[in-house]
Amino acid sequence: MANYGNADRMRRATSGLMTTLTALCTLLAVSALLIILTYIAWQGIGSLSFQFLIDRPRPVGEGGGIGNAILGSLVLLLISSAFGLPLGICVGVYLSEIGRGRVGGAVRFLVDTLTGIPSIVTGVFVYAILVLPMKHFSALAGGVALAMIMIPIVARTTEEMLKLVPHSMREGALALGAPQWRVIIGVVIPAAAPGIATGAMLAIARVSGETAPLLFTAFGSRFFPTSLNEPIASLTVQIYNYAISPYDEWHAQAWAATLVLMTLVLGINIIVRFLTRKKF
Amino acid sequence: MPVQTVAPRIEVRAATPPPINTGKTKVAVRDLNFFYGRVQALHNISLEIPERIVMAFIGPSGCGKSTFLRTLNRMNDVIPGTRVGGQVLMDDRDIYAPGTDVVELRRRVGMVFQKSNPFPKSIFDNVAYGLRINRVTSNSSELSGRVEQALKDAALWNEVKDRLKTSALSLSGGQQQRLCIARALAIRPEVLLMDEPASALDPIATSKIEELIFDLKKQYTIVIVTHNMQQAARVSDTTAFFLLGKLIEVNATEKMFTAPNEKLTEDYITGRFG
Repeated sequence: MANYGNADRMRRATSGLMTTLTALCTLLAVSALLIILTYIAWQGIGSLSFQFLIDRPRPVGEGGGIGNAILGSLVLLLISSAFGLPLGICVGVYLSEIGRGRVGGAVRFLVDTLTGIPSIVTGVFVYAILVLPMKHFSALAGGVALAMIMIPIVARTTEEMLKLVPHSMREGALALGAPQWRVIIGVVIPAAAPGIATGAMLAIARVSGETAPLLFTAFGSRFFPTSLNEPIASLTVQIYNYAISPYDEWHAQAWAATLVLMTLVLGINIIVRFLTRKKF
Repeated sequence: MPVQTVAPRIEVRAATPPPINTGKTKVAVRDLNFFYGRVQALHNISLEIPERIVMAFIGPSGCGKSTFLRTLNRMNDVIPGTRVGGQVLMDDRDIYAPGTDVVELRRRVGMVFQKSNPFPKSIFDNVAYGLRINRVTSNSSELSGRVEQALKDAALWNEVKDRLKTSALSLSGGQQQRLCIARALAIRPEVLLMDEPASALDPIATSKIEELIFDLKKQYTIVIVTHNMQQAARVSDTTAFFLLGKLIEVNATEKMFTAPNEKLTEDYITGRFG
Protein backbone atom coordinates (compact mmCIF):
# COMPACT_ATOMS: atom_id res chain seq x y z
CA MET A 1 0.00 0.00 0.00
CA ALA A 2 2.73 2.40 1.01
CA ASN A 3 4.70 1.60 -2.14
CA TYR A 4 1.68 2.31 -4.24
CA GLY A 5 1.25 5.70 -2.58
CA ASN A 6 4.90 6.56 -3.20
CA ALA A 7 4.71 5.61 -6.89
CA ASP A 8 1.59 7.64 -7.22
CA ARG A 9 3.23 10.67 -5.62
CA MET A 10 6.26 10.26 -7.90
CA ARG A 11 4.06 10.11 -10.97
CA ARG A 12 2.18 13.25 -9.97
CA ALA A 13 5.43 15.07 -9.22
CA THR A 14 6.96 14.12 -12.57
CA SER A 15 3.83 15.16 -14.38
CA GLY A 16 3.79 18.49 -12.60
CA LEU A 17 7.48 19.06 -13.30
CA MET A 18 7.09 18.32 -17.01
CA THR A 19 4.04 20.54 -17.35
CA THR A 20 5.93 23.39 -15.68
CA LEU A 21 8.94 22.80 -17.93
CA THR A 22 6.97 22.93 -21.17
CA ALA A 23 5.09 25.99 -19.95
CA LEU A 24 8.42 27.70 -19.15
CA CYS A 25 9.84 26.87 -22.60
CA THR A 26 6.73 28.23 -24.29
CA LEU A 27 6.89 31.36 -22.19
CA LEU A 28 10.56 31.83 -23.10
CA ALA A 29 9.93 31.47 -26.84
CA VAL A 30 6.86 33.70 -26.86
CA SER A 31 8.45 36.37 -24.68
CA ALA A 32 11.51 36.49 -26.96
CA LEU A 33 9.17 37.21 -29.86
CA LEU A 34 7.23 39.79 -27.87
CA ILE A 35 10.42 41.52 -26.73
CA ILE A 36 11.67 41.76 -30.34
CA LEU A 37 8.33 43.16 -31.53
CA THR A 38 7.98 45.73 -28.73
CA TYR A 39 11.62 46.78 -28.97
CA ILE A 40 11.32 47.41 -32.72
CA ALA A 41 8.04 49.25 -32.23
CA TRP A 42 9.53 51.35 -29.42
CA GLN A 43 12.66 52.21 -31.42
CA GLY A 44 10.89 52.73 -34.72
CA ILE A 45 7.73 54.59 -33.82
CA GLY A 46 9.59 57.86 -33.11
CA SER A 47 10.72 58.42 -36.72
CA LEU A 48 7.45 57.21 -38.22
CA SER A 49 5.28 59.81 -39.93
CA PHE A 50 3.11 60.01 -43.01
CA GLN A 51 5.84 61.98 -44.78
CA PHE A 52 8.33 59.21 -43.89
CA LEU A 53 6.10 56.61 -45.59
CA ILE A 54 5.74 58.46 -48.90
CA ASP A 55 9.00 60.38 -49.30
CA ARG A 56 12.20 59.10 -50.89
CA PRO A 57 15.58 59.14 -49.06
CA ARG A 58 17.18 62.57 -48.57
CA PRO A 59 20.68 63.54 -47.43
CA VAL A 60 21.38 63.46 -43.70
CA GLY A 61 19.62 66.23 -41.83
CA GLU A 62 16.89 66.73 -44.40
CA GLY A 63 14.56 63.95 -43.22
CA GLY A 64 13.40 61.93 -46.16
CA GLY A 65 11.59 58.62 -46.11
CA ILE A 66 11.21 55.10 -47.38
CA GLY A 67 8.33 55.49 -49.84
CA ASN A 68 10.45 54.23 -52.72
CA ALA A 69 11.64 51.24 -50.66
CA ILE A 70 8.09 50.23 -49.70
CA LEU A 71 7.03 50.45 -53.32
CA GLY A 72 10.18 48.62 -54.39
CA SER A 73 9.63 45.80 -51.93
CA LEU A 74 6.04 45.39 -53.13
CA VAL A 75 7.19 45.35 -56.77
CA LEU A 76 9.86 42.75 -55.97
CA LEU A 77 7.32 40.59 -54.11
CA LEU A 78 4.92 40.88 -57.05
CA ILE A 79 7.58 39.84 -59.57
CA SER A 80 8.83 36.97 -57.43
CA SER A 81 5.26 35.77 -56.74
CA ALA A 82 4.42 35.94 -60.43
CA PHE A 83 7.31 33.58 -61.21
CA GLY A 84 7.69 31.62 -58.00
CA LEU A 85 4.13 30.75 -56.96
CA PRO A 86 2.88 29.17 -60.22
CA LEU A 87 6.15 27.31 -60.74
CA GLY A 88 6.31 26.12 -57.15
CA ILE A 89 2.67 25.00 -57.15
CA CYS A 90 3.21 23.14 -60.44
CA VAL A 91 6.22 21.32 -59.01
CA GLY A 92 4.17 20.45 -55.91
CA VAL A 93 1.34 19.09 -58.06
CA TYR A 94 3.84 17.05 -60.04
CA LEU A 95 5.39 15.59 -56.89
CA SER A 96 2.07 14.72 -55.31
CA GLU A 97 -0.08 13.66 -58.26
CA ILE A 98 2.08 12.61 -61.18
CA GLY A 99 5.72 11.98 -60.28
CA ARG A 100 5.91 8.56 -58.74
CA GLY A 101 8.92 6.35 -58.41
CA ARG A 102 12.47 7.36 -59.22
CA VAL A 103 11.95 10.59 -61.14
CA GLY A 104 9.67 11.94 -58.44
CA GLY A 105 12.16 10.95 -55.75
CA ALA A 106 14.99 12.67 -57.61
CA VAL A 107 12.93 15.84 -58.06
CA ARG A 108 11.98 15.83 -54.38
CA PHE A 109 15.65 15.47 -53.39
CA LEU A 110 16.62 18.37 -55.67
CA VAL A 111 13.86 20.56 -54.26
CA ASP A 112 14.97 19.78 -50.71
CA THR A 113 18.57 20.62 -51.64
CA LEU A 114 17.40 23.87 -53.20
CA THR A 115 15.70 24.81 -49.92
CA GLY A 116 19.02 24.52 -48.14
CA ILE A 117 21.03 26.72 -50.52
CA PRO A 118 22.16 29.91 -48.72
CA SER A 119 20.26 32.85 -50.17
CA ILE A 120 23.44 34.77 -50.97
CA VAL A 121 24.43 31.94 -53.33
CA THR A 122 21.13 32.37 -55.13
CA GLY A 123 21.93 36.09 -55.42
CA VAL A 124 25.36 35.43 -56.90
CA PHE A 125 23.88 32.86 -59.30
CA VAL A 126 21.27 35.32 -60.61
CA TYR A 127 24.02 37.95 -60.82
CA ALA A 128 25.93 35.62 -63.13
CA ILE A 129 23.04 34.54 -65.35
CA LEU A 130 21.00 37.77 -65.52
CA VAL A 131 22.85 40.84 -64.26
CA LEU A 132 26.13 40.23 -66.13
CA PRO A 133 24.54 39.58 -69.56
CA MET A 134 22.18 42.55 -69.11
CA LYS A 135 25.11 44.65 -67.87
CA HIS A 136 23.04 46.33 -65.11
CA PHE A 137 21.16 45.58 -61.88
CA SER A 138 17.39 45.40 -62.22
CA ALA A 139 14.13 44.81 -60.38
CA LEU A 140 13.59 41.85 -62.68
CA ALA A 141 16.82 40.18 -61.56
CA GLY A 142 15.87 40.80 -57.91
CA GLY A 143 12.43 39.26 -58.46
CA VAL A 144 13.94 36.20 -60.13
CA ALA A 145 16.37 35.71 -57.23
CA LEU A 146 13.52 35.86 -54.71
CA ALA A 147 11.41 33.54 -56.88
CA MET A 148 14.19 30.94 -56.80
CA ILE A 149 14.02 31.00 -53.01
CA MET A 150 10.23 30.70 -53.08
CA ILE A 151 9.93 27.76 -55.49
CA PRO A 152 11.18 24.95 -53.22
CA ILE A 153 9.19 26.23 -50.21
CA VAL A 154 5.98 26.50 -52.21
CA ALA A 155 6.60 23.16 -53.96
CA ARG A 156 7.04 21.19 -50.75
CA THR A 157 4.14 22.74 -48.85
CA THR A 158 1.89 22.29 -51.90
CA GLU A 159 2.91 18.64 -52.14
CA GLU A 160 2.20 18.02 -48.45
CA MET A 161 -1.18 19.76 -48.65
CA LEU A 162 -2.24 17.83 -51.77
CA LYS A 163 -1.27 14.56 -50.11
CA LEU A 164 -3.69 15.37 -47.29
CA VAL A 165 -6.62 15.32 -49.74
CA PRO A 166 -8.21 11.88 -49.26
CA HIS A 167 -7.64 9.42 -52.07
CA SER A 168 -11.34 8.61 -52.08
CA MET A 169 -12.08 12.11 -53.38
CA ARG A 170 -9.86 11.55 -56.42
CA GLU A 171 -11.52 8.19 -57.04
CA GLY A 172 -14.95 9.78 -56.75
CA ALA A 173 -14.11 12.25 -59.51
CA LEU A 174 -12.41 9.61 -61.68
CA ALA A 175 -15.45 7.36 -61.35
CA LEU A 176 -17.59 10.14 -62.83
CA GLY A 177 -15.48 10.07 -65.97
CA ALA A 178 -13.17 12.95 -65.15
CA PRO A 179 -9.73 12.81 -66.78
CA GLN A 180 -6.80 13.15 -64.37
CA TRP A 181 -6.05 16.79 -65.18
CA ARG A 182 -9.64 17.77 -64.42
CA VAL A 183 -9.55 15.83 -61.16
CA ILE A 184 -6.43 17.74 -60.16
CA ILE A 185 -7.66 21.19 -61.18
CA GLY A 186 -11.32 20.85 -60.27
CA VAL A 187 -11.25 18.75 -57.10
CA VAL A 188 -7.84 18.14 -55.56
CA ILE A 189 -6.39 21.66 -55.75
CA PRO A 190 -9.59 23.41 -54.55
CA ALA A 191 -9.77 20.96 -51.63
CA ALA A 192 -6.20 21.84 -50.67
CA ALA A 193 -6.44 25.55 -51.53
CA PRO A 194 -6.29 26.95 -47.98
CA GLY A 195 -3.17 24.90 -47.27
CA ILE A 196 -1.53 25.86 -50.56
CA ALA A 197 -2.27 29.53 -49.82
CA THR A 198 -0.69 29.18 -46.39
CA GLY A 199 2.42 27.76 -48.04
CA ALA A 200 2.48 30.64 -50.52
CA MET A 201 2.08 33.10 -47.66
CA LEU A 202 4.96 31.54 -45.75
CA ALA A 203 7.13 31.80 -48.85
CA ILE A 204 6.22 35.46 -49.39
CA ALA A 205 6.89 36.25 -45.73
CA ARG A 206 10.21 34.46 -45.97
CA VAL A 207 11.49 36.30 -49.07
CA SER A 208 10.23 39.69 -47.92
CA GLY A 209 12.92 39.51 -45.25
CA GLU A 210 15.72 38.56 -47.67
CA THR A 211 18.58 41.04 -48.10
CA ALA A 212 21.58 39.13 -49.39
CA PRO A 213 20.21 37.99 -52.78
CA LEU A 214 19.00 41.55 -53.49
CA LEU A 215 22.43 43.12 -52.97
CA PHE A 216 23.66 41.43 -56.16
CA THR A 217 20.51 41.78 -58.21
CA ALA A 218 18.11 44.63 -57.36
CA PHE A 219 20.99 46.54 -55.78
CA GLY A 220 18.94 49.37 -54.28
CA SER A 221 18.11 52.89 -55.30
CA ARG A 222 17.43 56.29 -53.77
CA PHE A 223 14.67 57.10 -56.24
CA PHE A 224 11.15 55.90 -56.99
CA PRO A 225 11.14 53.07 -59.53
CA THR A 226 10.19 53.94 -63.09
CA SER A 227 10.91 50.65 -64.83
CA LEU A 228 11.51 46.99 -64.00
CA ASN A 229 14.70 47.16 -65.99
CA GLU A 230 16.59 49.40 -63.54
CA PRO A 231 17.91 48.99 -60.00
CA ILE A 232 15.14 49.19 -57.43
CA ALA A 233 15.03 49.98 -53.72
CA SER A 234 13.77 47.50 -51.14
CA LEU A 235 13.06 47.81 -47.44
CA THR A 236 15.63 45.22 -46.44
CA VAL A 237 18.51 46.72 -48.42
CA GLN A 238 17.50 50.19 -47.22
CA ILE A 239 17.54 48.98 -43.62
CA TYR A 240 20.96 47.40 -44.20
CA ASN A 241 22.42 50.56 -45.78
CA TYR A 242 21.04 52.84 -43.06
CA ALA A 243 22.03 50.52 -40.22
CA ILE A 244 25.71 50.40 -41.29
CA SER A 245 25.84 54.17 -41.83
CA PRO A 246 27.49 56.38 -39.17
CA TYR A 247 24.47 58.73 -38.74
CA ASP A 248 22.06 58.57 -35.81
CA GLU A 249 19.20 59.92 -37.94
CA TRP A 250 19.61 57.07 -40.43
CA HIS A 251 19.81 54.55 -37.58
CA ALA A 252 16.46 55.80 -36.34
CA GLN A 253 15.06 55.59 -39.87
CA ALA A 254 16.33 52.00 -40.15
CA TRP A 255 14.34 51.12 -37.01
CA ALA A 256 11.23 52.75 -38.46
CA ALA A 257 11.72 50.91 -41.75
CA THR A 258 12.00 47.63 -39.81
CA LEU A 259 8.70 48.37 -38.13
CA VAL A 260 7.12 49.04 -41.53
CA LEU A 261 8.53 45.79 -42.96
CA MET A 262 7.10 43.80 -40.07
CA THR A 263 3.71 45.44 -40.45
CA LEU A 264 3.80 44.68 -44.18
CA VAL A 265 4.45 40.96 -43.56
CA LEU A 266 1.71 40.90 -40.94
CA GLY A 267 -0.65 42.64 -43.38
CA ILE A 268 0.06 40.10 -46.13
CA ASN A 269 -0.59 37.30 -43.65
CA ILE A 270 -3.93 38.74 -42.59
CA ILE A 271 -5.10 39.45 -46.15
CA VAL A 272 -4.24 35.95 -47.42
CA ARG A 273 -5.88 34.33 -44.40
CA PHE A 274 -8.99 36.39 -45.04
CA LEU A 275 -9.08 35.49 -48.73
CA THR A 276 -8.61 31.76 -48.16
CA ARG A 277 -10.77 31.28 -45.07
CA LYS A 278 -12.68 28.04 -45.34
CA LYS A 279 -15.76 28.50 -47.44
CA PHE A 280 -16.79 24.86 -47.39
CA MET B 1 -43.79 -3.03 -66.63
CA PRO B 2 -45.83 -4.35 -63.67
CA VAL B 3 -46.46 -1.89 -60.87
CA GLN B 4 -44.48 -2.83 -57.78
CA THR B 5 -45.73 -1.81 -54.39
CA VAL B 6 -43.17 -1.04 -51.74
CA ALA B 7 -44.45 -2.70 -48.56
CA PRO B 8 -44.90 -6.37 -49.52
CA ARG B 9 -41.99 -6.48 -51.88
CA ILE B 10 -40.35 -9.55 -50.39
CA GLU B 11 -43.54 -11.55 -50.94
CA VAL B 12 -43.97 -10.17 -54.43
CA ARG B 13 -40.54 -11.29 -55.37
CA ALA B 14 -40.91 -14.60 -53.64
CA ALA B 15 -43.97 -15.32 -55.73
CA THR B 16 -42.03 -14.67 -58.93
CA PRO B 17 -38.47 -15.79 -58.45
CA PRO B 18 -36.12 -13.56 -60.43
CA PRO B 19 -35.06 -15.26 -63.61
CA ILE B 20 -31.34 -15.51 -64.24
CA ASN B 21 -29.91 -14.92 -67.68
CA THR B 22 -33.24 -14.69 -69.39
CA GLY B 23 -32.79 -10.98 -70.08
CA LYS B 24 -30.01 -9.41 -72.06
CA THR B 25 -26.54 -9.80 -70.57
CA LYS B 26 -25.13 -6.41 -69.64
CA VAL B 27 -21.70 -7.41 -68.41
CA ALA B 28 -19.95 -10.66 -69.21
CA VAL B 29 -16.70 -11.50 -67.46
CA ARG B 30 -14.49 -14.24 -68.92
CA ASP B 31 -11.54 -15.85 -67.14
CA LEU B 32 -10.60 -12.72 -65.25
CA ASN B 33 -7.35 -12.79 -63.33
CA PHE B 34 -6.13 -9.85 -61.32
CA PHE B 35 -2.80 -9.15 -59.68
CA TYR B 36 -1.52 -6.62 -57.17
CA GLY B 37 2.14 -6.80 -58.07
CA ARG B 38 2.93 -10.50 -57.67
CA VAL B 39 -0.05 -11.30 -55.50
CA GLN B 40 -2.96 -12.76 -57.41
CA ALA B 41 -6.19 -11.34 -56.02
CA LEU B 42 -8.70 -12.84 -58.46
CA HIS B 43 -8.57 -16.31 -60.00
CA ASN B 44 -10.34 -17.17 -63.25
CA ILE B 45 -13.58 -15.36 -62.58
CA SER B 46 -16.34 -15.90 -65.14
CA LEU B 47 -19.69 -14.29 -64.53
CA GLU B 48 -22.63 -12.82 -66.40
CA ILE B 49 -24.60 -9.87 -65.09
CA PRO B 50 -28.03 -9.53 -66.72
CA GLU B 51 -29.49 -6.13 -67.48
CA ARG B 52 -31.68 -4.34 -64.92
CA ILE B 53 -31.24 -6.58 -61.95
CA VAL B 54 -29.49 -6.13 -58.65
CA MET B 55 -26.57 -8.47 -58.15
CA ALA B 56 -24.96 -8.71 -54.72
CA PHE B 57 -21.40 -9.82 -54.06
CA ILE B 58 -20.86 -11.41 -50.66
CA GLY B 59 -17.89 -13.02 -49.00
CA PRO B 60 -15.47 -12.50 -46.10
CA SER B 61 -13.09 -9.53 -45.96
CA GLY B 62 -10.22 -9.72 -48.41
CA CYS B 63 -12.01 -12.24 -50.67
CA GLY B 64 -11.66 -9.97 -53.70
CA LYS B 65 -15.24 -8.80 -54.11
CA SER B 66 -14.33 -5.10 -54.00
CA THR B 67 -11.36 -5.68 -56.29
CA PHE B 68 -13.64 -7.47 -58.72
CA LEU B 69 -16.19 -4.65 -58.57
CA ARG B 70 -13.46 -2.14 -59.38
CA THR B 71 -12.36 -4.10 -62.45
CA LEU B 72 -15.78 -3.39 -63.97
CA ASN B 73 -15.09 0.32 -64.41
CA ARG B 74 -11.30 0.02 -64.46
CA MET B 75 -10.90 1.89 -61.18
CA ASN B 76 -7.96 -0.37 -60.39
CA ASP B 77 -6.05 1.34 -63.18
CA VAL B 78 -5.17 4.13 -60.77
CA ILE B 79 -3.42 1.74 -58.37
CA PRO B 80 0.22 1.33 -59.43
CA GLY B 81 1.51 -2.18 -60.09
CA THR B 82 -1.81 -3.86 -60.88
CA ARG B 83 -2.35 -6.24 -63.80
CA VAL B 84 -5.46 -7.73 -65.40
CA GLY B 85 -5.87 -10.82 -67.56
CA GLY B 86 -9.03 -12.05 -69.26
CA GLN B 87 -12.00 -10.17 -70.63
CA VAL B 88 -14.74 -7.94 -69.31
CA LEU B 89 -17.38 -7.50 -72.00
CA MET B 90 -19.78 -4.62 -71.61
CA ASP B 91 -22.51 -4.86 -74.24
CA ASP B 92 -20.19 -7.34 -76.01
CA ARG B 93 -17.23 -4.95 -76.12
CA ASP B 94 -14.09 -5.75 -74.14
CA ILE B 95 -13.38 -2.82 -71.82
CA TYR B 96 -9.75 -3.92 -71.46
CA ALA B 97 -9.17 -3.95 -75.22
CA PRO B 98 -6.47 -1.51 -76.34
CA GLY B 99 -7.90 1.84 -77.33
CA THR B 100 -10.83 1.68 -74.90
CA ASP B 101 -11.85 5.16 -73.76
CA VAL B 102 -11.71 4.80 -69.96
CA VAL B 103 -13.37 8.16 -69.44
CA GLU B 104 -16.33 7.10 -71.57
CA LEU B 105 -16.46 3.73 -69.80
CA ARG B 106 -16.65 5.37 -66.38
CA ARG B 107 -19.42 7.59 -67.63
CA ARG B 108 -21.41 4.48 -68.49
CA VAL B 109 -20.48 2.64 -65.32
CA GLY B 110 -21.08 4.80 -62.25
CA MET B 111 -19.71 4.02 -58.83
CA VAL B 112 -20.63 4.68 -55.23
CA PHE B 113 -17.93 4.09 -52.65
CA GLN B 114 -17.94 2.60 -49.19
CA LYS B 115 -17.06 5.88 -47.55
CA SER B 116 -19.07 8.80 -48.84
CA ASN B 117 -16.73 11.13 -50.68
CA PRO B 118 -18.50 14.39 -51.53
CA PHE B 119 -16.30 17.09 -53.00
CA PRO B 120 -15.74 20.18 -50.84
CA LYS B 121 -18.20 22.11 -52.98
CA SER B 122 -21.86 23.03 -52.69
CA ILE B 123 -24.56 20.36 -52.89
CA PHE B 124 -25.55 21.60 -56.34
CA ASP B 125 -21.99 21.64 -57.66
CA ASN B 126 -21.40 18.11 -56.40
CA VAL B 127 -24.28 16.73 -58.43
CA ALA B 128 -23.50 18.97 -61.39
CA TYR B 129 -19.83 17.94 -61.45
CA GLY B 130 -20.25 14.91 -63.70
CA LEU B 131 -22.62 16.82 -66.00
CA ARG B 132 -20.16 19.66 -66.35
CA ILE B 133 -17.01 17.64 -66.97
CA ASN B 134 -18.78 15.45 -69.50
CA ARG B 135 -20.27 18.53 -71.16
CA VAL B 136 -23.71 16.96 -70.98
CA THR B 137 -25.34 20.36 -71.17
CA SER B 138 -24.29 23.97 -71.20
CA ASN B 139 -27.84 25.20 -70.69
CA SER B 140 -28.15 26.29 -67.06
CA SER B 141 -31.87 25.56 -66.69
CA GLU B 142 -31.36 22.10 -68.15
CA LEU B 143 -28.44 21.63 -65.77
CA SER B 144 -30.62 22.56 -62.77
CA GLY B 145 -33.30 20.23 -64.07
CA ARG B 146 -30.93 17.27 -64.25
CA VAL B 147 -29.50 18.05 -60.81
CA GLU B 148 -33.03 18.19 -59.38
CA GLN B 149 -33.96 14.91 -61.06
CA ALA B 150 -30.82 13.18 -59.79
CA LEU B 151 -31.47 14.40 -56.23
CA LYS B 152 -35.08 13.17 -56.50
CA ASP B 153 -33.91 9.80 -57.81
CA ALA B 154 -31.59 9.55 -54.84
CA ALA B 155 -34.45 10.46 -52.45
CA LEU B 156 -32.57 13.49 -51.20
CA TRP B 157 -34.37 16.36 -52.93
CA ASN B 158 -36.86 17.14 -50.17
CA GLU B 159 -34.13 17.39 -47.57
CA VAL B 160 -31.81 19.70 -49.52
CA LYS B 161 -33.94 21.66 -51.99
CA ASP B 162 -33.79 24.81 -49.87
CA ARG B 163 -30.03 24.74 -49.38
CA LEU B 164 -28.48 23.63 -52.65
CA LYS B 165 -25.80 26.29 -52.33
CA THR B 166 -24.55 25.17 -48.93
CA SER B 167 -21.56 22.90 -48.48
CA ALA B 168 -22.03 19.22 -49.14
CA LEU B 169 -19.92 18.57 -46.05
CA SER B 170 -22.67 20.03 -43.85
CA LEU B 171 -24.90 17.04 -44.63
CA SER B 172 -25.19 14.04 -42.33
CA GLY B 173 -23.41 10.79 -43.20
CA GLY B 174 -26.50 9.17 -44.70
CA GLN B 175 -27.32 12.30 -46.69
CA GLN B 176 -23.74 12.52 -47.95
CA GLN B 177 -23.94 8.95 -49.21
CA ARG B 178 -27.23 9.66 -50.99
CA LEU B 179 -25.61 12.77 -52.44
CA CYS B 180 -22.85 10.57 -53.84
CA ILE B 181 -25.51 8.31 -55.34
CA ALA B 182 -27.22 11.37 -56.85
CA ARG B 183 -23.89 12.49 -58.24
CA ALA B 184 -23.40 9.11 -59.90
CA LEU B 185 -27.00 9.04 -61.21
CA ALA B 186 -26.83 12.56 -62.67
CA ILE B 187 -24.84 11.41 -65.68
CA ARG B 188 -27.30 8.52 -66.18
CA PRO B 189 -24.93 5.58 -66.21
CA GLU B 190 -26.06 2.20 -67.50
CA VAL B 191 -24.48 0.25 -64.68
CA LEU B 192 -24.15 1.36 -61.06
CA LEU B 193 -21.44 -0.20 -58.92
CA MET B 194 -21.91 0.13 -55.16
CA ASP B 195 -19.06 -0.80 -52.83
CA GLU B 196 -20.66 -1.41 -49.42
CA PRO B 197 -22.69 1.78 -49.75
CA ALA B 198 -24.40 1.44 -46.38
CA SER B 199 -21.65 0.00 -44.21
CA ALA B 200 -21.01 3.26 -42.37
CA LEU B 201 -24.66 4.25 -41.96
CA ASP B 202 -27.23 3.82 -39.23
CA PRO B 203 -30.22 1.50 -39.77
CA ILE B 204 -32.59 4.28 -40.87
CA ALA B 205 -30.18 5.67 -43.48
CA THR B 206 -29.43 2.10 -44.55
CA SER B 207 -33.08 1.30 -45.14
CA LYS B 208 -33.42 4.49 -47.21
CA ILE B 209 -30.52 3.41 -49.40
CA GLU B 210 -31.97 -0.07 -49.74
CA GLU B 211 -35.35 1.30 -50.83
CA LEU B 212 -33.50 3.45 -53.27
CA ILE B 213 -31.65 0.48 -54.76
CA PHE B 214 -34.96 -1.29 -55.18
CA ASP B 215 -36.37 1.67 -57.12
CA LEU B 216 -33.25 2.20 -59.19
CA LYS B 217 -33.17 -1.26 -60.71
CA LYS B 218 -36.06 -0.28 -62.98
CA GLN B 219 -33.58 1.84 -64.90
CA TYR B 220 -30.11 0.62 -64.00
CA THR B 221 -28.10 -2.54 -63.69
CA ILE B 222 -26.81 -2.52 -60.13
CA VAL B 223 -23.91 -4.44 -58.63
CA ILE B 224 -23.56 -4.11 -54.87
CA VAL B 225 -20.82 -5.39 -52.60
CA THR B 226 -22.00 -6.01 -49.07
CA HIS B 227 -20.80 -7.55 -45.85
CA ASN B 228 -24.31 -7.74 -44.60
CA MET B 229 -26.03 -10.92 -45.72
CA GLN B 230 -29.46 -9.72 -44.63
CA GLN B 231 -28.90 -6.74 -46.89
CA ALA B 232 -27.92 -8.96 -49.80
CA ALA B 233 -31.05 -11.02 -49.20
CA ARG B 234 -33.24 -7.92 -49.03
CA VAL B 235 -32.07 -5.98 -52.07
CA SER B 236 -30.66 -8.38 -54.62
CA ASP B 237 -32.06 -10.66 -57.28
CA THR B 238 -28.90 -12.66 -57.73
CA THR B 239 -26.02 -13.21 -55.36
CA ALA B 240 -22.43 -14.15 -56.05
CA PHE B 241 -20.27 -15.63 -53.30
CA PHE B 242 -16.51 -15.00 -53.36
CA LEU B 243 -13.87 -16.73 -51.28
CA LEU B 244 -10.10 -16.22 -51.43
CA GLY B 245 -10.25 -14.56 -54.85
CA LYS B 246 -12.42 -17.27 -56.39
CA LEU B 247 -16.04 -17.12 -57.41
CA ILE B 248 -17.64 -20.01 -55.56
CA GLU B 249 -21.28 -19.72 -56.53
CA VAL B 250 -23.74 -17.50 -58.38
CA ASN B 251 -27.38 -18.14 -57.82
CA ALA B 252 -30.79 -16.56 -57.46
CA THR B 253 -30.78 -14.83 -54.09
CA GLU B 254 -33.77 -16.85 -52.81
CA LYS B 255 -32.02 -20.09 -53.65
CA MET B 256 -28.65 -18.89 -52.40
CA PHE B 257 -29.94 -18.21 -48.90
CA THR B 258 -32.18 -21.25 -48.63
CA ALA B 259 -30.57 -24.06 -50.55
CA PRO B 260 -27.16 -23.15 -51.98
CA ASN B 261 -25.49 -25.55 -54.37
CA GLU B 262 -22.07 -25.37 -52.75
CA LYS B 263 -21.07 -26.59 -49.33
CA LEU B 264 -18.72 -23.57 -48.88
CA THR B 265 -21.58 -21.15 -49.51
CA GLU B 266 -23.75 -22.87 -46.96
CA ASP B 267 -20.93 -22.81 -44.39
CA TYR B 268 -20.40 -19.10 -44.91
CA ILE B 269 -24.08 -18.18 -44.85
CA THR B 270 -24.76 -20.21 -41.74
CA GLY B 271 -21.80 -18.54 -40.06
CA ARG B 272 -19.50 -21.51 -39.83
CA PHE B 273 -16.59 -19.29 -40.95
CA GLY B 274 -15.92 -15.80 -42.22
